[in-house]
Amino acid sequence: MHVVSPERVPLVRGGKTVHDVTEDICRQVEGKPSKLWYLAFSISLSLLAFGSYCIFMTWWHGLGMWGLNKTVGWAWDITNFVWWVGIGHAGTLISAILLLFRQKWRTSINRAAEAMTIFAVLCAGMFILMHMGRTWVAYWTIPLPNTYGSLWVNFKSPLVWDVFAISTYLTVSLVFWYIGLIPDFATIRDRAVGIRKTIYGALSFGWIGSAKHWSRYESVSLILAGLSTPLVLSIHTIVSMDFATSVIPGWHTTIFPPYFVAGAIFSGFAMVLTLMIVVRKVYNLEDYITIEHIEMMNIIIIVTGSIVGIAYITELFIAWYSGVEYEMYAFANRVSGPYWWAYWSMMTCNVISPQLFWIKRIRTSIVATFILSIVVNIGMWFERFVIIVTSLHRDYIPSSWAMFYPTLYDVGDYIFSFGFFFTCFFLFAKYFPVINMAEVKAIIKTSSLKVKK
Amino acid sequence: MEKGKNYILGIYSDEDDLLHGLADVKGAGVKIQDVFSPFPVHGIDDVLGYKKSRLPIAAFIFGLCGTSFALWMQFWMSGYDWPMNIGGKPYTPLPTFIPVTFEMTVLIASLGMVATFMIVSNLKPYGEPRIFDLRSTDDKHVVAIDLASNKMSFDQISELLKKAGASEVLKKDFE
Repeated sequence: MHVVSPERVPLVRGGKTVHDVTEDICRQVEGKPSKLWYLAFSISLSLLAFGSYCIFMTWWHGLGMWGLNKTVGWAWDITNFVWWVGIGHAGTLISAILLLFRQKWRTSINRAAEAMTIFAVLCAGMFILMHMGRTWVAYWTIPLPNTYGSLWVNFKSPLVWDVFAISTYLTVSLVFWYIGLIPDFATIRDRAVGIRKTIYGALSFGWIGSAKHWSRYESVSLILAGLSTPLVLSIHTIVSMDFATSVIPGWHTTIFPPYFVAGAIFSGFAMVLTLMIVVRKVYNLEDYITIEHIEMMNIIIIVTGSIVGIAYITELFIAWYSGVEYEMYAFANRVSGPYWWAYWSMMTCNVISPQLFWIKRIRTSIVATFILSIVVNIGMWFERFVIIVTSLHRDYIPSSWAMFYPTLYDVGDYIFSFGFFFTCFFLFAKYFPVINMAEVKAIIKTSSLKVKK
Repeated sequence: MEKGKNYILGIYSDEDDLLHGLADVKGAGVKIQDVFSPFPVHGIDDVLGYKKSRLPIAAFIFGLCGTSFALWMQFWMSGYDWPMNIGGKPYTPLPTFIPVTFEMTVLIASLGMVATFMIVSNLKPYGEPRIFDLRSTDDKHVVAIDLASNKMSFDQISELLKKAGASEVLKKDFE
């Protein structure tokens, strides 16, 4: 029997030539931004302004401005930190892991996803700095020679590992992203005049696209992808160890590392979808970010969402199976205690709603994808809130039981991170090429509609 | 004619035409200075006779430096310089040092490799790059041939390039 595999759907639509790619992507960098951009940008700036006020008050008066108490010592701060770091994972997954797997569909989404990674990790870092209270002594977490001995940091603590992990992650992601940007900046430079030519000239590092440089560029990208892949998996593993190495019932579980990594990819892809659906619409990039791209990402969401679902159920089972009274109580309290609404929001948003993507009509619908992508991120925020607050709020002694009520400054500091994230993203979308032109050009001949005809 | 001043440029629109064309032109004994492309063309290294990049080796060596530095730092700080008793745990547990060691390995390997790449490729944010044809960052592949390092005349090479599928042949002089 002779079997012919079905022809793949083209990755770039609309009969685009290599020159069209340059035109389509450079247009938004060179032209004036649309009214919609100004509107969105001013909204994010006002969020940033309000958030800055709240952050200033938090710093000025101290962490008493938050709703923390003696029992619940970590709440929105660490919830937001874990949430933002998780969101960052998708960018690295797309640019590194999909590169190693030779998935060509990543080329039109990797640039924006990596930008999202960098901004999300910055937001995450912000909450780490904030929750220290005395942010100005944050450098004490770095092993620097000092006048106390030198008294060094405690390398046995996962919190110190986190300092190394998050800062390495930010640096390597930034470098990886920038290396990819250099050829595209050169494209913009060669079309520009005046001051714009000078700026993009400096940003492009004098790139001329010599064959030797491309050869080196490709091996640098490959090695960076190879280094980033274990790196990204290590980040959320170490974040989960912040909890897992403690002796708090509900935190002290060996399932945390894979469970956190799957959850991170899950929420990251949801955020990529939220952003890309908007970007493709605003910049008319429907030929580059096609419905097939969206479907692929939705499939990743089903897979990781199901892993997360299994992790939730495993956790419940192990709590019962362990026979540890405290462990059993922690989970019974999650499911039916005073925070039952948070637990069930998490279950609905993360486990039940992504299963709708099994239906092809839903996973190829833009509107449904957009709504579900936001639902997933709401669910993932609740997941971290549930893990952190419900494990803490009922201490060992009932006299220490407490509830956590967020104050204006908890909310405001969270809003600050949104303002920061979107301000950065809108600036990126205006001044940087949102799609990796060089990489898309490289697949035009093999994977565009023009050739398939 | 001085070296590095007078060039003949062959312009190609398609990467496969470029690869075949380059093989033909090289076969005829023309020395090719460089090829400028808007995107990486696979297989061009073999045609031009470039060796595989040694940057992965650089990355490996930088990575080793990161690993050994991180291990040395942790053993020295928590085992020798100021040992701290934390819950009666051992002063220098190797497994506990692995996360930081891993992160430092990745950090030093990436930064070292990228810095090496920038230096050997002479990529820097200042100075004017020598651009042969502005379209080489848009949609054209530009083959640059230095007239001074070839015995053939402009017309002979031009003829060869056209026969080898170049859509345009230009002359480019630098000051």
